[in-house]
Amino acid sequence: MHTRTFQIWRGDVHDGGLADYQVEVNEGEVVLDVIHRLQATQAPDLACRWNCKAGKCGSCSVEINGRPRLACMTRMSTFEPDATVTVTPLRSFPVIRDLVTDVSYNYTKARETPAFAPPPELAPGQYRMQQRDVQRSQEFRKCIECFLCQTVCHVVRDHDENKPAFAGPRLFIRAAELSMHPLDDRTDRAAHAAREQGIGYCNITKCCTEVCPEHIRITDNAIIPMKERVADRRYDPLVWLGRRILRRDQMVEQYVSSTAATPTGSGHWTPAPLAGAFEQALEVPPPQAAPVGPDGKLPLSETLLDRAGAASPFGDDVSFPVPAEDLRYVHPDSV
Amino acid sequence: MENVQRHGYDVVVIGAGGAGLRAAIEARLAGARTAIISKSLFGKAHTVMAEGGAAAAMGNVNSNDSWQVHFRDTMRGGKFLNNVRMAQLHAQEAPERIWELESYGALFDRTPDGKISQRNFGGHEYPRLAHVGDRTGLELIRTLQQKIVSLQQEDFAGSGSYDSRLRVFDETTITDLLVTDGAVAGAFGYVRQTGELIRFEAPAVVLATGGIGRSYRVTSNSWEYTGDGHALALRAGGQLINMEFLQFHPTGMVWPPSVRGILVTESVRGDGGVLTNSEGRRFMFDYIPEVFRDYYAQAPEEADRWYTDPDNHGRPPELLPRDEVARAINAEVKAGRGTPAGGVYLDVSSRLSAEVIRRKLPSMYHQFRELADVDITKQPMEVGPTCHYVMGGVEVDAETTATASVFGLFAAGEVTGGMHGANRLGGNSLSDLLVFGKRAGEHAAAHAAAAARSPVADADLATAAETALVPLERSGGENPYALQQELQSVMGNLVGIIRRGSELAEALEKLAELRERVAKVGAPGGRAYNPAWHLALDLRHMLVVSECTARAALQREESRGGHTREDFPAMNPAWRQVNLVCSVPGDHAEVRVTRQPVPAMPPDLAALFQPDELAKYLTPEELKDPTDAH
Repeated sequence: MHTRTFQIWRGDVHDGGLADYQVEVNEGEVVLDVIHRLQATQAPDLACRWNCKAGKCGSCSVEINGRPRLACMTRMSTFEPDATVTVTPLRSFPVIRDLVTDVSYNYTKARETPAFAPPPELAPGQYRMQQRDVQRSQEFRKCIECFLCQTVCHVVRDHDENKPAFAGPRLFIRAAELSMHPLDDRTDRAAHAAREQGIGYCNITKCCTEVCPEHIRITDNAIIPMKERVADRRYDPLVWLGRRILRRDQMVEQYVSSTAATPTGSGHWTPAPLAGAFEQALEVPPPQAAPVGPDGKLPLSETLLDRAGAASPFGDDVSFPVPAEDLRYVHPDSV
Repeated sequence: MENVQRHGYDVVVIGAGGAGLRAAIEARLAGARTAIISKSLFGKAHTVMAEGGAAAAMGNVNSNDSWQVHFRDTMRGGKFLNNVRMAQLHAQEAPERIWELESYGALFDRTPDGKISQRNFGGHEYPRLAHVGDRTGLELIRTLQQKIVSLQQEDFAGSGSYDSRLRVFDETTITDLLVTDGAVAGAFGYVRQTGELIRFEAPAVVLATGGIGRSYRVTSNSWEYTGDGHALALRAGGQLINMEFLQFHPTGMVWPPSVRGILVTESVRGDGGVLTNSEGRRFMFDYIPEVFRDYYAQAPEEADRWYTDPDNHGRPPELLPRDEVARAINAEVKAGRGTPAGGVYLDVSSRLSAEVIRRKLPSMYHQFRELADVDITKQPMEVGPTCHYVMGGVEVDAETTATASVFGLFAAGEVTGGMHGANRLGGNSLSDLLVFGKRAGEHAAAHAAAAARSPVADADLATAAETALVPLERSGGENPYALQQELQSVMGNLVGIIRRGSELAEALEKLAELRERVAKVGAPGGRAYNPAWHLALDLRHMLVVSECTARAALQREESRGGHTREDFPAMNPAWRQVNLVCSVPGDHAEVRVTRQPVPAMPPDLAALFQPDELAKYLTPEELKDPTDAH
């Protein structure tokens, strides 16, 4: 047992700042244990969301020393013995009080993502799927909706103005999950990701993957394949020609996919032609074209970098923990 | 009086875990305007913690399985105290409820022929648990959450508003039910984010608030499990049954402290994990009760062959029902053969390859790796009993889930009593909440369509508002966190896994003292998102529910399932005929416990058991004619 300095952002929608606490820490504890001790002994009204305290519900998302994390999954033993631990609310969402933020953005975006479309020809109990086919979607269904990927994504992190057009990594993996679901009846998941979710804004810095407590390979396994599906269709010469010579009501979706629609695939993927869906996507230009190389793939900047993974969303010259005095948590309303 | 938000609905579902969401889906499908009230954010409910799976006799892995076998296992697990009709409906309807989830988008693990895979679990005769790795609860809650979103999308297409027929009120807590002349009129509470007061008016209310584990120090339960629905039902004039039966999960982590109380799923044992004491002995062979002797292996060699050839070998005793395992661990620790932190070792690392462990138990592996720096592929875990589930709860009708004493009040899931009898089998809670969640939604919607709306009495509103606000206005009141810790230690030390008459009596005295102090609890700070205030209000619920448990435990002078009396160590067939019923006769009255006969088993169901098995549970008079009603 020893005493440690904690700095916690206290405040509400009007005003706030970092408050210093000296608090007892015991062996084997996590940050959330210490926050609970603060509540019980020094700051009874310190607001902090939590539920399971086991890394399974995704409620206790905060930023610890500037890095988005789950408080229940951050062991005290990972800090230098005398270092101050600074806890601030998720920066991309409006603060409600102390460490609690308004995460309704994520729920709004979830509502705007079309739900699973059950195959009309199958009654419950008749679904047959192979494990290898469900596994890809199962990875994305591990998501605990902690929204760490949503808060870290630089498309919205300091750019509230992008929020209306951008659904964020959590919803990209939802789109990918449904797109890869062996029995989902819709075929326009990739088009939706481009048209409505703004997947084109993502330039694959992989910050979302980096912070994911479930280690979902958000970028590699969801975002890039979804971008490729969009790209394939966008640059498909038949679709291009069709756009030139057919009236809109004559257009028929030609679903072409680099991964899922090949006849040698699982055998379950038989997308039905869907009229009128795709060319609409092209009417509204996606935020940015996917810049595919000659091989039809996206050029990955990481292959050119001197380090594994992508450039840090925080800037490559920033290392963690960030000293408390350098943390610039600014109240969103007071910017 | 100050401003109170006012909302009118046909059906109000209190609780947004599996049972609540399933009920809301059904109510909305039946045409009722439905509100879901969630104490946390939408999709964060404690259901996410369920790891093992959902039990349903689909027969995908072993075609010998059927609802009859599932029913039989459930009754055995519940020590024949179950509400027979609930156990039957549950076993019959669980497969349909699971299949239905697939049409909502759930992705269960598969068998080689593409069906839903099913795994072995303690107390289940055949592989029966539909699962997704070890995160089945998350899959379930996410699936139901996404089904609700999909219904809201339909409503949006029809009306232009997502919330027009099904609305989620997240981070909203109900503090009182509004009841007028014995009929539900609505519910009263507050919005956590702002501290605003809120009232719902509805002819039908479904309680789906889950359990009571937060009254214990070592618990797997999240902060929400403060017995709200139990207490709301009691105060509204409802009855709780079987409150003495609490399930202590045999294998919760006891070390390190960051993971204390967190469950190690039973499938660790189903997949080959073994329990050993500090001397290295695989001690479960010493604790096989007579009633299970025929089904379990007598020696490690036989047990080890069961994993590959289950038809010709007895099961490993690590797969005994939970209460037996919990009791065995407790006995080992008390005999001085425990680990330094007061548990025993659960080892899967010496039994399966690291690669198999990571594939079969992925979230377990990650959880302990990251939370506690424990690598379960390399070292054993330190485990011990942790408060996990309450079998007791609101007494409801099996068919409709309606309470008998409050018109328009329904309940489903862990908040109800009877379904699981004296002990719940693993995997039966997820199927329970689907089966009875659906029934609750269906019947609540039908009730709302037929019943007249009761007016809310102004005086009730004023009282509810005053009760909710008083801790904020009391300066220098008792610290709610300290009170909770005291309550937890009273319950943990005196009403824990092994109970004594003298300790239970002492617990009741201490609870009476605590009741005085909880009445003087104060919460410093403002209205907006003030956790001290929230806890202060929860304490009121926790206290009355704890009192129910202690009183019922003191009365039941036998040991059965989730109730173990050191002074009455044996099961007594005469007590199998008795349900203990708790009620609160007035606002500030003590809990009253009365006795009620357990309905007899119909002949067709009794015929599913061998006479010599029935002889272990029933009295000689009952055995002469087991179908004879009381």
